[in-house]
Amino acid sequence: MLELQHIHKLYNPGTINEICLFEDFNLSIKDGQFVSVVGSNGSGKTSMLNIICGSISVDAGKIIVNSVDITKQKDFIRHRRIGRVFQDPAKGTCPSMTILENLSIADNKGKGYGLGRGTNKARIEEYREMLSHLNLGLEDKLHTKVGALSGGQRQTLALLMATMNPIEFLILDEHTAALDPKTAEIVMELTGKIVEEKKVTTIMVTHNLRYAVEYGDRLLMMHQGKAIIDKEGEEKKAIQVEDILGTFNQISIECGN
Amino acid sequence: MTLLLSVLEQGMIYAVMALGIYITYTILDFPDLTVDGSFPLGAALSAVLITKGVNPILTLLIAFGAGAVAGMLTGIIHVKLKVRDLLSGIIMMTALYTVNLRIAGRANVPIYNMTTLFDNGLVKGIFKGSLAAFSNVVIILLITVIMKLLLDWYMNTKSGYLLRAVGDNETIVTSMGVDKGIVKIIGLAIANGLVSLSGCLFAQQQRYFDISMGTGTMVIGLASVIIGISLLRKASFLQVTTRVIIGSIIYKACVALAIKLGMPSSDLKLITAVLFLVILVIGMDRSKRKKVA
Repeated sequence: MLELQHIHKLYNPGTINEICLFEDFNLSIKDGQFVSVVGSNGSGKTSMLNIICGSISVDAGKIIVNSVDITKQKDFIRHRRIGRVFQDPAKGTCPSMTILENLSIADNKGKGYGLGRGTNKARIEEYREMLSHLNLGLEDKLHTKVGALSGGQRQTLALLMATMNPIEFLILDEHTAALDPKTAEIVMELTGKIVEEKKVTTIMVTHNLRYAVEYGDRLLMMHQGKAIIDKEGEEKKAIQVEDILGTFNQISIECGN
Repeated sequence: MTLLLSVLEQGMIYAVMALGIYITYTILDFPDLTVDGSFPLGAALSAVLITKGVNPILTLLIAFGAGAVAGMLTGIIHVKLKVRDLLSGIIMMTALYTVNLRIAGRANVPIYNMTTLFDNGLVKGIFKGSLAAFSNVVIILLITVIMKLLLDWYMNTKSGYLLRAVGDNETIVTSMGVDKGIVKIIGLAIANGLVSLSGCLFAQQQRYFDISMGTGTMVIGLASVIIGISLLRKASFLQVTTRVIIGSIIYKACVALAIKLGMPSSDLKLITAVLFLVILVIGMDRSKRKKVA
């Protein structure tokens, strides 16, 4: 169970650009839930993920995971149980290192980074196997530098790396937004498969209303730091793109985009 | 012949320092000016310890340790106190000037006729007669190769992978649940340890310590790294660390050539700087990478 309680967050406090993003924002997410989050620009979607991951601090309020208050916990400690994929494919991988080296780093998450060999040779076959399931031909490119791969290939690799180890939360921050439609589709399908297999609690921010409707068992629409639509279970299943499109257009017009 | 040997000797001594700068500049993307202080730090320690009759091999270890502490402090100033990278290095470099003077006791310490890495019973026993001229170069080659192999080994450990990752993409280190600041501090410590060890070697080879020895360390190291990485790009069959060592030798050869062609040796630092500029510009032309600048 992940809970955000009475979150307050101001940007640029005390200046003319002061923006109040969250004012008493509350959210609780059950274990194993797959939450899709949509919303206008500046509605607080990404800020919410950053608050959960500890990338930005809150002015007031609490972040609670399984009844433990983690509000003051450092970001890198929180990430020990979080897998995260960003919009920018470059953020989830190391471009100057090879696919094999990248996978090795991800494989060592939580096991400590001491003076043992960086790559466990015995695991190479397993990596190859994992990559071959992606159908991108990456299994033959283990020694290729990740910087030489396409955005879609890098994002798929980033997703694989984020979910390689047992994690409690998967945080997806518009992870298909920078990809072409066909690649986005492949990455999204893979995401659905991984979440299903691992039964990991997932929060996915997306600009694609169709993905938000098709995937996940809870849908959140955010606007000006509030969840204006929050449906789960049967209600969520019944939602069609058309149902939320009207509301989405309305809030988007208000914001001028 | 003497010129060639002296180029090889000094080129390879500076190569150890250049390996350190390779870590900070290329891997960590951190312009670390601490090196202008940690190079003479190693030299000062070397001179004082040799004078006291300490085992020369032990002086190398002590110099590495002291340099590592200096690098660690730069890292802590940058990471924990959130001072900009360039400024953190400048602060440490300035502070080290006094530290080095205090260690050495005065601005210049000669160590002629003492037991050093290059002057000891064992070396005299092995290199006899006409071989004696080669003793320095062989010893330096040995130490440089050992340092290179150690660095290569480290870069392939789990910890070394993280070091490479942090310069590439800090976010991924956080994603792996590791404090990226600590990784940077480790990188700076290893880098300055190498630089200080190089200074220690330099003092013993030159048989003196001088407080101004460190001026331009950064420039010499950067020039070597850029020659190794940009200009020797075609030689990609060689490991990067090997290329940096070759780069350092080439750079030293260019400086030696300039002096041979009639420049007075008092112009050394000017030659160093101008040559660096030339290499920087050539490096930029040939590779479109922005990072070179």
